[in-house]
Amino acid sequence: MSQYTMHLFGFFSIFIILLFITGLYCMLLSFNLIRVVIGFEISIKAATLLIILIGYICGRSALAQSIVITLIVIEIVVMVVAGGVALWAFRHNKTIDPRKLTNLKG
Amino acid sequence: MTVRLIRSIVGLALTSAILSVIMYRLKSPLAAVFELSVCSGLISVIFVTTVSFTQRISKENLHIRRRERLLRFWYLPVILVVTGLLLAQYLLFPQFVLPMLEPIKELDVRSVLWNSRHLDLLGQVVMLLAGALGVVVLFKESKK
Repeated sequence: MSQYTMHLFGFFSIFIILLFITGLYCMLLSFNLIRVVIGFEISIKAATLLIILIGYICGRSALAQSIVITLIVIEIVVMVVAGGVALWAFRHNKTIDPRKLTNLKG
Repeated sequence: MTVRLIRSIVGLALTSAILSVIMYRLKSPLAAVFELSVCSGLISVIFVTTVSFTQRISKENLHIRRRERLLRFWYLPVILVVTGLLLAQYLLFPQFVLPMLEPIKELDVRSVLWNSRHLDLLGQVVMLLAGALGVVVLFKESKK
């Protein structure tokens, strides 16, 4: 691995880690279901950037792109279902605060 | 509350757009187009639709929430700055060296996706069907 790719990896790794920490923080500390989903999305963005970066460094951009396309499709499905769950929670409980969703039994 | 949520969604769309530019610069144009159109466009539309169904909270509750949020989130800038400083130090004094990689003959993304990773496509179809089924179940009206 050349010096250039090492520097590139180091440079991008800062942003990847910061993006992941931001998403994780948003997921852990937000009391709004939509914001939790946005935090999850930000964390997925960090993973996407990491995959593309590794593909670029290793010279396997095509494989990285195909994996990222699969990841994006999965991300869309998860987002749609999470949005549906948030709407369902609002309809039944009139709130999207997870602390107040106490109707589940078991 | 709704305005703040819309602001968060716009921020997410901007992050997606910036990420797609970075992807394009890293020689991944197809993934960049997917990211821009799907993540920046479609997901924003889904979020805005979801938010449009919810109600604004009262002003008193908004003040309480703001105070709570400030208490919960004041750590975030500190964590970001500390992580940035640690990583900058790592970059200034690199101690770990990644192994050398052999150059690999690059294939076209279409041939990789349709020939090598065709099981992924099957998985994508199954995921889409599962997602559609999940949404149908969530919004099914109960019989009275």
